Parts: sequence; C-alpha cells; structure tokens
Amino acid sequence: MDLFEYQGKQYFAQFGIPVSPGGEADTVDEAVAQAEKIGYPVVVKAQVRVGGRGKAGGIKLANNADEVREHAGNILGMDIKGHIVRRVWIELSSDIAKEYYVSFTLDRPNKVYLGMLSAEGGVEIEEVAVSNPDAIIMLSIDPTVGLDLATATKWVADAKLDEQAREQAAALIVQLYTCYVDGDCDLAEINPLILTTDGIVRALDAKVTLDANASYRHPEWEVWSATDTEDPREAMAKEKGLTYIGLTGDVGIIANGAGLAMSTLDVVNQVGGEAANFLDIGGGANADVMTAALEVINADPAVKSIFVNIFGGITRVDEVAKGVIEALKRVDLKSPIVLRLDGTNAVEGRALLAEHLNENLVAEPTMLDAARTAVAMANGR
Amino acid sequence: MSIFVDENTKVIVQGLTGGQGRFHGVRNRDYGTKVVGGVSPKKAGTDVEGIPVFASVADAVTETGATASFVVVPPAGATAAILEAAEAGIEFIVCITEGIPAHDEAKCFNTLKKHFPGTRLLGPNCPGIISPGKCNIGITSGDIALPGGPVGIVSRSGTLTYQALHELTQAGIGQTTCVGIGGDPVPGTNFIDCLEAFEADPETKAVMMIGEIGGSEEERAAEYIKAHMTKPVVSYVAGVTAPPGKKMGHAGAIISGSQGTAQAKMEALSAAGVSVCLNPTEAGAKMVEIVKGL
Repeated sequence: MDLFEYQGKQYFAQFGIPVSPGGEADTVDEAVAQAEKIGYPVVVKAQVRVGGRGKAGGIKLANNADEVREHAGNILGMDIKGHIVRRVWIELSSDIAKEYYVSFTLDRPNKVYLGMLSAEGGVEIEEVAVSNPDAIIMLSIDPTVGLDLATATKWVADAKLDEQAREQAAALIVQLYTCYVDGDCDLAEINPLILTTDGIVRALDAKVTLDANASYRHPEWEVWSATDTEDPREAMAKEKGLTYIGLTGDVGIIANGAGLAMSTLDVVNQVGGEAANFLDIGGGANADVMTAALEVINADPAVKSIFVNIFGGITRVDEVAKGVIEALKRVDLKSPIVLRLDGTNAVEGRALLAEHLNENLVAEPTMLDAARTAVAMANGR
Repeated sequence: MSIFVDENTKVIVQGLTGGQGRFHGVRNRDYGTKVVGGVSPKKAGTDVEGIPVFASVADAVTETGATASFVVVPPAGATAAILEAAEAGIEFIVCITEGIPAHDEAKCFNTLKKHFPGTRLLGPNCPGIISPGKCNIGITSGDIALPGGPVGIVSRSGTLTYQALHELTQAGIGQTTCVGIGGDPVPGTNFIDCLEAFEADPETKAVMMIGEIGGSEEERAAEYIKAHMTKPVVSYVAGVTAPPGKKMGHAGAIISGSQGTAQAKMEALSAAGVSVCLNPTEAGAKMVEIVKGL
C-alpha cells in the first residue's frame, strides 16, 4: 500500500521523525481553516501518488488566507499525470538551506536491507544515480543486526552532509530505520530531507510503501486503506476480497494463481487483444468467488468478452465448473465467456459444463485457442 | 536422480493438525512420500490418519530420523516454525505459507544463512517440490507429473509450474524434479541454486525455467547459465504486458521504475543462450523438440 505524503508524515511522526506541522483538507474552506490553525506562511501541497507535482503546479506557497483559497481552489481537482487531486496537505513553510536524500528498502539480490543517503536531495534520485553516482552512499544492513547510531553517524559523514546537520540527521536516520523495520515498510524514503536556515533537520516529503502482508499486526493502518484504491473497479474487487488490477483493454480476465493470470494477459496480447484487468481468484474457485469475480468484471463497461483461465492444482476444476454455472444464475452477464479448464478433475468439470455451453459460454481446449476466441468475441467476431 | 529430495527423504509436517496441513500432508503421504510425523504442541501423542503427532520438531526428529520438514503454518508463526526446524537439525524445509511479512522473511533468511548454513529453505509462498514417483512435498497435484526425467523444472509461480508439468506430461516427457521457488521478495532457494543442482544431476538433461516480472533473479540466473550451464535451458517469463508500479498478485512481482521488466529478463536469458518462449505452450513445445533431439 502506497501512502500519500501526509499519511507518510503522520506515520513518520509516530516514530519520532521530525516533520513540519500541518493538516489535510478536502475543500477550500478546510484548507483555509487548517492554515489559520498552523500560521503563515504555509505551503499547499497536492496529495497524489505520483512524482513531479511541483512542476505540474501542485505545490504553492501562501502568505495569507486569500492565497490559500486561491491555490487550494486551483489544486483541488487538478489532473497530475492522470491522478486527480482530491486532497491537499497544508503545512508550515520551511526556510530551506540544504536538501538531502535518505531511504531504506530491500536489496533483493543480496537479501539484506539497503540504505541510500545523499547530500544531493530534492531531485529525482534516479537522475543523481546516473549523473553523479558517487553522491549516493549505499549502506548494506544485515536484518539480524540492524542500524545503530554509531553507524548512522559515520554514514552521514561519509555522505558529506553539512557539519551542522549531521548529529540531527544521524538520529533521524535511525528513527527512519526503525519506522522501516518495525513499521513494516517496503520503502521508507525522505526526499528532500532538509536543513533549515535556522539549523533544524526534518522530513519535507515522505514516500512510504507499506507491506500489505504485515497489516494483521498494524491495526493503525486501517484508516489509510480506504484511500488506497483510486480505480472504482479495484475498490469493488477489494471489497469482495479479490486480487484485481484494472487495465485498459476489453477482454476481462479471470485466472487462478498470479503467474497464470499474468501469463493470460500476455497470451491475450500475443493474439492481438488487450486485457481489461488482472484478476487472480487464488485457490478457492467456488460459486461465491466466481460470482464475485464475474460481478466485478461485468461492472466494467469496457469489457466485451470474458476469458476464464483455470489450471486446477489444488483447485478442482469440477468445483470451478459448478462455480461458473451457479454464478451464471446469479449474475446477468453483458459479455460472452470463453473457458479454458485444465488440471485436477478437468474431465469431470468439462462434462458438467457441456450442457450449458452456447454461443455466450464457449469452451476451448488450450490457453491459446481460448485467447484467440476471446479476442475475436471482443472484436465483435 | 532428483535434486534436494528423493525416495528416502523422511518428512515431517509442521501444522499437520490444521486444515491445510492435514489435507496436503496426507495427500503427500498417499503419493508415496515418506511422511513420518507431524508437529503440533497441543496435540502431541495423537495421530492424523496414522501419521504420529509430536510436540516439537526436536522430538519428531529424535523419534523418526526426519531430515525434511513441510511448514504449513499461518503467516504470524511461519518463520518461528522454520527456525525451530533448523534448530532441530532439519536440512530441507519447504514453506508454502503465503502472506508472511517481508521483514520476517529477511530476518529468517539471514538467521538461517548465519547460524544454520547446512539448512536449505524452499519458499515461502511456493508450491513446493515434486520428484515424480519419489517424493512430493507441497501442494502440487502428483498426477500431472510424469516420473523418469529427463527435464528439471524451476519456477517462481505455482500455477505456471502446474502448466509446465502438464505441457510436458501431455507430450510424454517426464521430469526429474520440479521446484517451485515462490513469488516472494526473499526466497530461501533461488533460480541459481536449482540450476546448479540440475547441472550436477546426471539424470537431468534439460531445464525449464519459468520466471516472472520483478526483482533481478532471472538476470542473475542468465549470468549463471552463460558461465556454467552445459545443459539446454528453455524459459518463459510471465508479465510482458504487466504495467509498472502494480503488484501482480505476488508480493515480488512488481516492476519498479525500469527494473524487473519481462523484456529485460527475456533479453538477458536470450543473450545467455536460453531458448526464450512467449507463452507456456510454446515453451512446452520447444522442450519437447529439445528432448527428442537429445
């Protein structure tokens, strides 16, 4: 789950990481009320999960209520790279002397943690990595050992952060590491980490990705999960407990297993079509799950045909077949279905479906044949 | 021969008395796997369809001489179960649990590496391992596999592993061992571990490797293949059409920035001399062609 900047800052604050005082607002009036509470000057910041909001006009300085009103009015509803701004974050403006960069994430090849620190913050770190790779000091951290203050102190010196920032930065970095590990983040990034003209170090931005697998031990994440999904199709699927990702094509996809679902998208693409979604129903393909999956796909107006691709391992194909038959009774489908059923009890499953087959419920023997038929149907054959 | 397990491997099931553990543990036993015990602290002294249940892995090892463990324990307790098995001297651990927090996996992997270098972990979040006709630890349906070799399979995805087995079995081509390494960001066993073992196994004549988007394991495997593999490798990488920034079901399957795309993986594998196919069916057909030409 990717957090918005304001959520990331709220999370940082729980771990003692210094951030600027601020508050969120969904309307112009709320924005003004927040600014009045915080005191001027404030910065009005668009809350979107995409980089480059400053350049797009999504971050503005306001010295009084009128300016907050003007900027919040412009920014709310703004389209930044396809993301509509629904919320702004109002925070006390900072006098920036220096901008740094720090982050923690998993070093997958080496299976340890990777810290990245740079005295050149405030710009895309990927650009720094290309233009001046020596300016990023990497730190490999053994997950069973962790990061202590002495190591962080040496690290900030190695990265050549300004002398006056080092003590505060080292302490903040240890807090960020704690947030990364104890807070179950996949990514905890501050860009920029700033030194103010009066010598204070704090997080001016927050990019946090939470590990959804750890949500069972973080009840405090509940408040953020409501804002997690922007695509209404994804929101509906999430409500039904399905793993769904909305795409832009017209062939609806239902498959079991993440790998097979990805492969199904690929095969549809190879035969000249485009998938409307990724949907993994997992191991339990009973009537309820199949009904839920078909309902979600049916609610997508772009869908013109539906490709159900099941390879039974633990999932039994006869159960899937019963699920499809039952789901067809419950859902009034707008699009035809193409089925490819293989694996455990496939013969029984196909036999069950045989009498239900018609021009809107077609079975194909292989994944490729089924993809071709589904694409042909989407194209109006 | 087979890799990691064989017909003599004695297996215990941690979590045997749970719904999943019972189902898969008994199924593995019925396949012919030597499932010699289960572990459940509260149900020690009972049995599950004739499989004795012990209070701890240490007890089970003492009583049965087991060297492998099948961990079917919910996410919150899974890494503790893995470490308990390692402490009791288990050499090969298969963990199918899905949904373990990444930090738990990272700590567990590094603890094993440091303190139990003789223990191999397969998974978590994997379908397990099957050496057809000899041993099946995990959730793979035994009837889609064909004994006798000569193909070794290694895959990050569960259902695509089944698909690969199916394609080969349908064509009458057997498998030596099929290993599902799992789709999580910190797999205990990776592609290279399996490729190395297949290269060393005299009965394995060719290898099918199924990758997916995310991380750089396929690229690293490509380097290994180029430098060390003499046996032909056929590969398929799922997720060519996956959009960046979205986790495609598996916690590890995400394209971040320019990293982890299927295209980059396919190019790296091609450059290493691997036969890269565009879908599982094509990969199956290519492998049939290679095996017939051996």
